Amino acid sequence: MAYVSVKGGERAISNAHQWLDEMRRGDTSVPELEVEQIREQLSLAVDRVMMEGSCYDPDLAALAIKQARGDVTEAIFLVRAYRTTLQRFGVTEPLETSRMAVQRRVSAAFKDIPGGQILGPTFDYTHRLLNFDLYDTGPAAMAPKAVDPVAETVPTIASVLAHESLLEEPPADAPDADAPYDLTRQPMAFPAGRDQRLQALARGDEGFLLSLAYASQRGWGNTHPLCGEIRMGAIAVEFTPEELGFPIEIGEIVVTECQMISNFEGSADRPPQFTFGYGLTFGHNERKTMSMAIVDRALRHKEIGETPAHAVQDEEFVLYHSDNVEASGFVQHLKLPHYVDFQAELQFVRRLCKEWHEAREGGEDSTTNDPLIAEAAE
Amino acid sequence: MESQDNEAANAGPQHKLRQRTHALIARSSFKSVRAAFDRFEGVPKVERLRPTEVGLVMVQGRVGGTGGRFNLGELPVARAAVRLPDGTLGVGYVAGRDCDHAELAALADAMIQHESWKADLESVVLTPLEAELAAARAGKGRKAAATKVDFFTMVRTRGEK
Repeated sequence: MAYVSVKGGERAISNAHQWLDEMRRGDTSVPELEVEQIREQLSLAVDRVMMEGSCYDPDLAALAIKQARGDVTEAIFLVRAYRTTLQRFGVTEPLETSRMAVQRRVSAAFKDIPGGQILGPTFDYTHRLLNFDLYDTGPAAMAPKAVDPVAETVPTIASVLAHESLLEEPPADAPDADAPYDLTRQPMAFPAGRDQRLQALARGDEGFLLSLAYASQRGWGNTHPLCGEIRMGAIAVEFTPEELGFPIEIGEIVVTECQMISNFEGSADRPPQFTFGYGLTFGHNERKTMSMAIVDRALRHKEIGETPAHAVQDEEFVLYHSDNVEASGFVQHLKLPHYVDFQAELQFVRRLCKEWHEAREGGEDSTTNDPLIAEAAE
Repeated sequence: MESQDNEAANAGPQHKLRQRTHALIARSSFKSVRAAFDRFEGVPKVERLRPTEVGLVMVQGRVGGTGGRFNLGELPVARAAVRLPDGTLGVGYVAGRDCDHAELAALADAMIQHESWKADLESVVLTPLEAELAAARAGKGRKAAATKVDFFTMVRTRGEK
């Protein structure tokens, strides 16, 4: 059968897009949202778009949210598409999260963690009752300030317990180590190193990782973690430009980091100790970062000597399906024209149906050499 | 990492000065940097060495915060390179997509290397920016401190037997 392309639809598409623009604006008697308002007042949506869009730019993420009518997955796609238009200047020095100016730092495992339990701006402990006062705009809320600020840096959970060697220490890169895996330039490959897994999880869909982490906690996995530490705050980004040859700070970004602790009962080679799952994301992305840490730990079964038995421990399953731009594209492409596919299937099912009825009418002893028809007759 | 730290530590005072200048300009908002330069009388004329442009850097993290590196995600950066009339070169790299901000960073980088501008740049631009950043940081730090949990333990007092 010849492949026939069908044209037409340009006018319909153009009109549909114009209607989309009108719908985006909504009721014109209501003031239009400005990108700055989205950036400042829907900042957690902005943070999610920056992380899963894999591009730290609050203004672009806010613009994408406006353009996508608040559809976060669509906004992530827009940001991913934009980043491909820019050249890469290089790679930063690794973030030193221990030097973070923390706005929030809590440990669920260690009550007396040095530096203290700093709650920061959190939804935790709110009653989740709708606040009808927010219907009105009013004077800005002001956070109370203590007399003295928190310490410039607070110690990490790992450094606090390091002297007892009860916590595993993540191995540093060998001096001759290759550059870490980069999914923006290399295709997904297996078995994946932890660098590749963490990059994929950082970009991965929050909902997918949350469900996997939840499943693994409930028994479809092997993690029984405690939250060793969550910290969120600003951190300097250092980069060494070729022209200079020494590192300079190029700005400050906000990140969220999570260390999940699971105990490990020891093996012939390793003494019993606590193992870590690690999560790190752009912005304030706590649910995502915790989920990332749980899934990271589950994916380390081989290294730790656990027997994998669940989806969350299957790196191909997890990493191939965590990217919502790819997932959304593949699921949503089904609504694009498949007229020829369907025509072919229609002909096939019609033929089967006809033969099935003929076989019925021909009596039980009618014989056929076609296995499909024989199967259909059964 | 050790070697990089050592390099930074061994870098001459010139590197330190330039690093401090870059950090203050890049961490400050463009608005603050612009305002600081507006206060500066007789900013030298510079010439662009190449078109100021926006690109990306890949931000790296470390496994567990201290281990091997991994790629976290990208960050837009504007970069500029300028030359003072006497030939001193300045380079600017600032996170974000603001080319004007990167050009001011490049200008500051050139001026801090130059004996005739260094002192004024420090007093008119850098010192005020540093104070502004410190105040902003302290403000956030005080808000964070106000949310620090003050644990107390309920001590059970036993009655006389």
